[in-house]
Amino acid sequence: MKSDPGFYDYWPYHQRPQIQWPNGAKLAFWVAPNIEFYELQPPANPYRKAWPQPAPAVPGYSIRDYGNRVGHVRQMALLEKYGVRGSVSLSTALCEHHPEIIAMCAERNWEFFSHGIYNTRYTYGMSDEQERDMIRDSIETIHRHTGQKCAGYLAPALSHSERTLDHFAEVGSELFGDEAGFYTCDLFHDDQPTPIRLRNGKRFVSVPYSLEMNDTIAYVVNKVEPRRYGQMLKDNFDRLYLEGAESGTVMCIPTHNYQVSCPHRLRAFEEALEYITGHPDVWVTTGREIAEYYLQHYFDVARTDIASKQVQAGFDNTGAKTEAQGHA
Amino acid sequence: MPDFSELDPAHLQYPQRQYGMDHDHYDWQMLSQRKPVQWPQGKLALWVNVSLQFFPLNQRGKPFPPAAGMTMPYPDLRHFSLRDYGNRVGIFRILRALDRYKVRPTFAVNAELAERAPYLLHLLRERGDEIIAHGWNMDSPHYGGQPVEMERELVERSIDTLREATGQAVRGWLSPGKIHSENTPALLAQRGIEYFCDWVNDDMPYRFRTASGDLWAMPLSTELEDQFILRNNLHSERSYAEQLEDACDLLLAESREQGGRILALNIHPWMLGQPHRIGYLERVLAYVSDKAEVFSAPATELLQHCAAAEA
Repeated sequence: MKSDPGFYDYWPYHQRPQIQWPNGAKLAFWVAPNIEFYELQPPANPYRKAWPQPAPAVPGYSIRDYGNRVGHVRQMALLEKYGVRGSVSLSTALCEHHPEIIAMCAERNWEFFSHGIYNTRYTYGMSDEQERDMIRDSIETIHRHTGQKCAGYLAPALSHSERTLDHFAEVGSELFGDEAGFYTCDLFHDDQPTPIRLRNGKRFVSVPYSLEMNDTIAYVVNKVEPRRYGQMLKDNFDRLYLEGAESGTVMCIPTHNYQVSCPHRLRAFEEALEYITGHPDVWVTTGREIAEYYLQHYFDVARTDIASKQVQAGFDNTGAKTEAQGHA
Repeated sequence: MPDFSELDPAHLQYPQRQYGMDHDHYDWQMLSQRKPVQWPQGKLALWVNVSLQFFPLNQRGKPFPPAAGMTMPYPDLRHFSLRDYGNRVGIFRILRALDRYKVRPTFAVNAELAERAPYLLHLLRERGDEIIAHGWNMDSPHYGGQPVEMERELVERSIDTLREATGQAVRGWLSPGKIHSENTPALLAQRGIEYFCDWVNDDMPYRFRTASGDLWAMPLSTELEDQFILRNNLHSERSYAEQLEDACDLLLAESREQGGRILALNIHPWMLGQPHRIGYLERVLAYVSDKAEVFSAPATELLQHCAAAEA
């Protein structure tokens, strides 16, 4: 085990190279609906329990099924109303279980990225080969069912190994070269995209996904009242929009169709969507488009700036050297 | 001890990875793609279920303690008496509020309560409202791995006691804690139960298969329960009322476009029957009953319409 995952160097939110999003937008806004499949009786992972009760775990399983049976269509209609294409964090077995949902999203030109096979299969305990097999399966499944070359990753149930990002980037390259496996949603260290250091030096970026704005974190973990959640979304937007005038920021709302789409919660979400998309300088986009734009325009500038700040700090510049070598 | 080098190969095998669900209990079907149900009385049905419960002082908590049960060392008088408050005091505030707004509730009753509070059961019997079986008591869970003969006895004792105490057919079931075993649905069907309210995966009733014939799965939202919002989530009473009003608005709007919906409220006299909370229930009932397209009906009446629509 390490004290730091080593994906990035310290890079202060201070005097960074300015980001400008397309058409002078101050803020890139994306919504990431998690569309998940939880198994009623998954194999028991030795490190993490899937359900609190012995099978059948009716409470947990059935509310998640509500998301797919009832909630999805509600959320999809709302995103459509406000001109948002979802960037789907997908339990890819859902392509087999519920192809109707996949077809509806594909019809609307939504993005699909990998969230593993099932949200009840954890990465903990997998060998390198097992994790790569799982990731490969998920990318191939997305391609087979949608034709998309999966760009992004959010580990299933946020369960990681030390090598998760390396595996995802490498398997993406093995399958589709630089067209797949180039961004992650697994890190919460910044409000702007940042370069990520991988062992093979691939150009790879972290796109802000936001744990704080995640409806499940807000509603289940932090037990936030629905209207307060709506206000938190607006407040989050206001500050990022303000700061975006100096240098472009990213706001993401990660959602779950079994949380945000419940009858007592959709109104708060709608009010926030209406508010955010009602501002002029917002780039309403997808995770993939943010990552691609950043890689094309700012990735190299950022790496140079990061390296220079390791040196300017006046400390040992080993970090800067490592950075340069890592991306050679 | 787990093997630190890799997981068992079963973790990368997916035997249920195919069209539909990963079990045979019901068919995969999105609500929006189902044949709409048109209620004769309006668009949105208000179904209020009042859960009348008994939490024993000598809680065993096997294999898990009931939500809202005893938490202190024996004798936990605070929780025992606070829950008992609901059946003595709170229920009468609730009944007055329901009657004021002409709500036609159901009552889900722990069978042991019928033995402990015959006065209350007599009163319910006189009212004639629909009674739903709610297990034996809150410390008698139905759970995965429970020996089937033990559970059969529990199911039969609970249903039979309630049938005798109420004189009703008792067609519905609500498991204590909405948790049940792999055998529960079939055992219920064998004892003449027609619907159960444990699964929260829909906003409308649907067919649930068992080895002993179909049940109806009747949607009774946990997310909108008083004890979930107020006790589990620690939201304010005002937020409870707002959440129910927002839910009413959304379901009513959806019912105008997609067919009948149900606003299903499960409430607990030990929670909402408190003096500082009852006013918020009244506020919600006033808001909901003020809508012209909302009507109140008990579960069996709603299911009759669903069955007719299916035919």
